[in-house]
Amino acid sequence: MSVLLSLRDVWVEYGERIVIERLELDIDAGSFVSVVGPSGAGKSSFLRLILGQEPPSRGKILLDGVPLAPECGPDRGVVFQRYSVFPHLSALRNVMFGLECADAPFTGRLFGARRRAAEEQAVEMLGAVGLRDSMHLYPAQMSGGMQQRLAIAQALVKRPRVLLLDEPFGALDPGIRADMHQLITRLWREYALTIVMVTHDIREAFTLGTRVIALDKRRHDPHAPHRFGATATYDLLLKKDMRQNPSAQEVITIDAIGNN
Amino acid sequence: MRWVNRHAGRGNRLLLGAIPVLLLVLLYLVVAAQRHAVNPADKILPLPGAMASAISAMAFQPDPLSGQYVFWADTLASLERLGIGLGISTLSAIAVGLALGVLPPVRATFGPLVTGIAVIPPIALLPILFIALGLGETAKIALIVVGIAPVMIRDIAAHVEALPREQIVKAQTLGANSWHVMIRVALPQAMPRLLQAVRLALGPAWVFLISAEAIASDVGLGYRIFLVRRYLSMDVILPYVAWIALLAIVMDAVLTGASRKAFPWAHGAGH
Repeated sequence: MSVLLSLRDVWVEYGERIVIERLELDIDAGSFVSVVGPSGAGKSSFLRLILGQEPPSRGKILLDGVPLAPECGPDRGVVFQRYSVFPHLSALRNVMFGLECADAPFTGRLFGARRRAAEEQAVEMLGAVGLRDSMHLYPAQMSGGMQQRLAIAQALVKRPRVLLLDEPFGALDPGIRADMHQLITRLWREYALTIVMVTHDIREAFTLGTRVIALDKRRHDPHAPHRFGATATYDLLLKKDMRQNPSAQEVITIDAIGNN
Repeated sequence: MRWVNRHAGRGNRLLLGAIPVLLLVLLYLVVAAQRHAVNPADKILPLPGAMASAISAMAFQPDPLSGQYVFWADTLASLERLGIGLGISTLSAIAVGLALGVLPPVRATFGPLVTGIAVIPPIALLPILFIALGLGETAKIALIVVGIAPVMIRDIAAHVEALPREQIVKAQTLGANSWHVMIRVALPQAMPRLLQAVRLALGPAWVFLISAEAIASDVGLGYRIFLVRRYLSMDVILPYVAWIALLAIVMDAVLTGASRKAFPWAHGAGH
């Protein structure tokens, strides 16, 4: 498989404090990468890097071989744990947002035939995440799970090269979370997505991912704990191909990382 | 039952709310009647009949000198000044507030200036306005704008700045540029807050309007109150004050209703 996203000797430093050091990573197109690690090990920094919210202090990040601009762009979609959808727009308008911005630089709104086309596309996307019946509801009228479905639909309608998930199911009930796991697996397969997911939940990381990366500090200096940053301590390629056999997820053991 | 758990029904709430008002009116009537029993020509606490005849003379009979219906001319002049002042303030609050809230370079450049203007007591600027703009309508409207716009701008800017960072990032990953973020993400979410800011600014706006009219004017509610003060005409002043209160309450109710109707998502629609 071809490399979509690569990090070359990436460091993130805030003054004296080193958060990420010497991170070397190649992410293949079509993979589902789970990123785990203890709190403060740079998971969020890692996501902000790929998202373009901040540039690396040293090193390079390449998307399709081209250096990444230090700014968020439509080639990278994102779903956060919270606040991912716009509270002032109905579900349908939330999904149409991305289509409208691209085609209407001044008004940010579409009219006539182009609007109808965008609407159709948005309705189809809402159908794919199971929200077709709720498309006229505002986010405040939806449950947490529905809001996350909406956030996913909103991101996918732009067909991003990489979909970034930041603890997307962390705030959901266990039952809803299982539904969401099925949904994201199905979407990943159907739309041939490349997904990078940051999570606290190691079980979730292994059930969903085709590759699990653990970020942690390799060395620890008790006198200057801030001088060593985190890097990929474990990089496990799971021998499963969920495209053929989605039920294979149950055979993965989670002990490999248990003593980390 | 504990007092924190006692909730009055809709009818009871109206009744409870009316009691203190009625008691005050009653107290006024008793005291006024007592004073009139001693001195039938008392001007300080006029009886309702005197107020009614004074106001009906101003509202329904043309002034012999100017030919105007004074009460309505005053109301119209004051509302016009208030309306123009509020309008200019609202527009500048949304334009400047959005730019300050969304664009960090604009915030860094103009934030301190707006803060600086906002802390100046507007009445202290009144002489400057009168000198610079003359004694006409412009100075009065300018006082209202100078008085309320900076506070509204800061309120909107702070509200926009406090929007979750995730929303701004999400919008950009959906292809939005700075302009899109302003008009599609920040502006709609600032609108309910803007109406709220206008409601809160109504009080100060009336203060500045009455002040400006009291000092230099020839028509207006504030002008009339301060004019008839010289003759101890409480029979005009009291109804005028009540009329101002009524106008303010109506404006407040209209703004609240408009916000609920136009922005249902901001008022807990749903669950």
